[in-house]
Amino acid sequence: MEEMKLLDIAHSRAGDKGDKLSLSLIPYNEEDYEWLCENITAEKVKSHMKDIILGKVTRYEAPNIKALNFVCHNSLMGGVTTSLAMDTHGKSLSSALLEMEIDRIDL
Amino acid sequence: MLRIGTGAGFSGDRLEPAEILLKHADLDYLVLECLAERTIALAQQRKSHDANDGYDPLLEKRIRRLLPLLLKKGVRLITNMGAANPIAGAEKITEIADELNLPCKVAAVTGDDVVDKIDKNATDWENNRKLSSYEPIISANAYLGIDAILPALETESNIIITGRIADPSLFLAPQVYHFKWSKTDYQRLGQGTVNGHLLECAGQISGGYFADGYKKKVENLAHIGFPYAEIDSDGRSIIKKVEGTGGLIDLRTVKEQLLYEVHNPAEYITPDVIADFSSVQLKEIGKNQVEVRNGCGKKRPDLLKVSLGYHAGFLGEGEISYAGSDAVERAKIAGKILKERLSEQIPDLRIDFIGLSSVHRAQFKEKSRPYEIRVRAAGYHYLRDMAELIGEEVESLYLNGPSGGGGARKKVTEQIGVVSTFVPRDQIETMVNIKERKWKK
Repeated sequence: MEEMKLLDIAHSRAGDKGDKLSLSLIPYNEEDYEWLCENITAEKVKSHMKDIILGKVTRYEAPNIKALNFVCHNSLMGGVTTSLAMDTHGKSLSSALLEMEIDRIDL
Repeated sequence: MLRIGTGAGFSGDRLEPAEILLKHADLDYLVLECLAERTIALAQQRKSHDANDGYDPLLEKRIRRLLPLLLKKGVRLITNMGAANPIAGAEKITEIADELNLPCKVAAVTGDDVVDKIDKNATDWENNRKLSSYEPIISANAYLGIDAILPALETESNIIITGRIADPSLFLAPQVYHFKWSKTDYQRLGQGTVNGHLLECAGQISGGYFADGYKKKVENLAHIGFPYAEIDSDGRSIIKKVEGTGGLIDLRTVKEQLLYEVHNPAEYITPDVIADFSSVQLKEIGKNQVEVRNGCGKKRPDLLKVSLGYHAGFLGEGEISYAGSDAVERAKIAGKILKERLSEQIPDLRIDFIGLSSVHRAQFKEKSRPYEIRVRAAGYHYLRDMAELIGEEVESLYLNGPSGGGGARKKVTEQIGVVSTFVPRDQIETMVNIKERKWKK
């Protein structure tokens, strides 16, 4: 089976509030929402982005629009105004989430 | 039916899309959202140097271009370009109206500046630190809601200019005013807030910040059209853009924007309502047209969020490039030298390898060997001289570091930090100040 990444089945946008990073995860095909719910847990996101997310991760489900939202605490090096990071907003971190490798045997 | 368009989603946004909306979208209201979290602290800093400054740096340029169209089409403008000084912003607008010989009534909304009302013994929201530990504090601005804007709408001014107002409230106010919604009709306030949240970032819902050239193709992004919404008396809206403009509005762009900067989608807190985005239903009803309905909400909070700006010290940065098959190795030598030479003075020194691991502070694959790497060092110090050391040491790598280093640059920036706190709603007093330029024959 070919290697697959989240970016093959879903898209994402990052947002920031203080030192908290939010990452949406939206399947291209709404039928994949259930699979994402079962497989992309808060723990998995935290472990995939362990060098970036220093705090806890909370996952919210939005079944009406078939999307997940991850809120990652302590993830922006203090937040946009005083961060030493290149990307102080963490806007590019949606791409880091979508790099997650996944196993999909049904495709 | 009410038509609200967004002509700017941040202070530096493009100018043309607002003109296109005014010319072709048959709007009732145009909103320009130009005030990010840190922008107001920077504006307060400008105001402290010049009492007549502190409004948006692009205000003059925007108003000069938009005012004739606004008046010709009978569109009212709502904007937070007043930043730290809405009254000075309103005066500048009447000055421009005078020059253009156009009649214009401007309402400036004040009351968000709460620097005198902050309890410095309270703690901040982010770090639980005493506010007094952030001295010198340079600004404190509360996020006001529709209560502050509605009296300004009553004055029938052409332009309403504010300081810090919660972004969706800039859009909710004209909906409440136009449809005479009750301020306890949480369902409509919730749906109206959904409309505002979707529109507030302008191009971010019409294909901007979305394209990837792979699965998310967007046509004619160079001439992106900004969004407008057609809203009915229940708050149900259709998000659209002007036909012939570039960009894209579909379920995907709307979903991304719906969740943008949101934490719990069922509890999106604004000064007007705790909105519930999780009940929202979306439907594509035509090309570049998405219907949005069923948002709801519950009673508004008693506390208003306040952004506190403080002097955070000096950020020193330096960069230098290495190229070639062994660029990574030489960059790493440079990084190690910088750490040795600077760590004592700059304990939190950060070294990035641009092209390898800088953007995400991590690599997901270790295999890649880039041909070029840029080394970046960055750190804070409360003294400018010490922050300058960082760039100086990076520059010194020319003669005192690994071979073939080129293109060194250095920079020191005085940083304004922002943290949040809260203030009870009943401590806030808002005012509407009218500036008018009457027709001269």
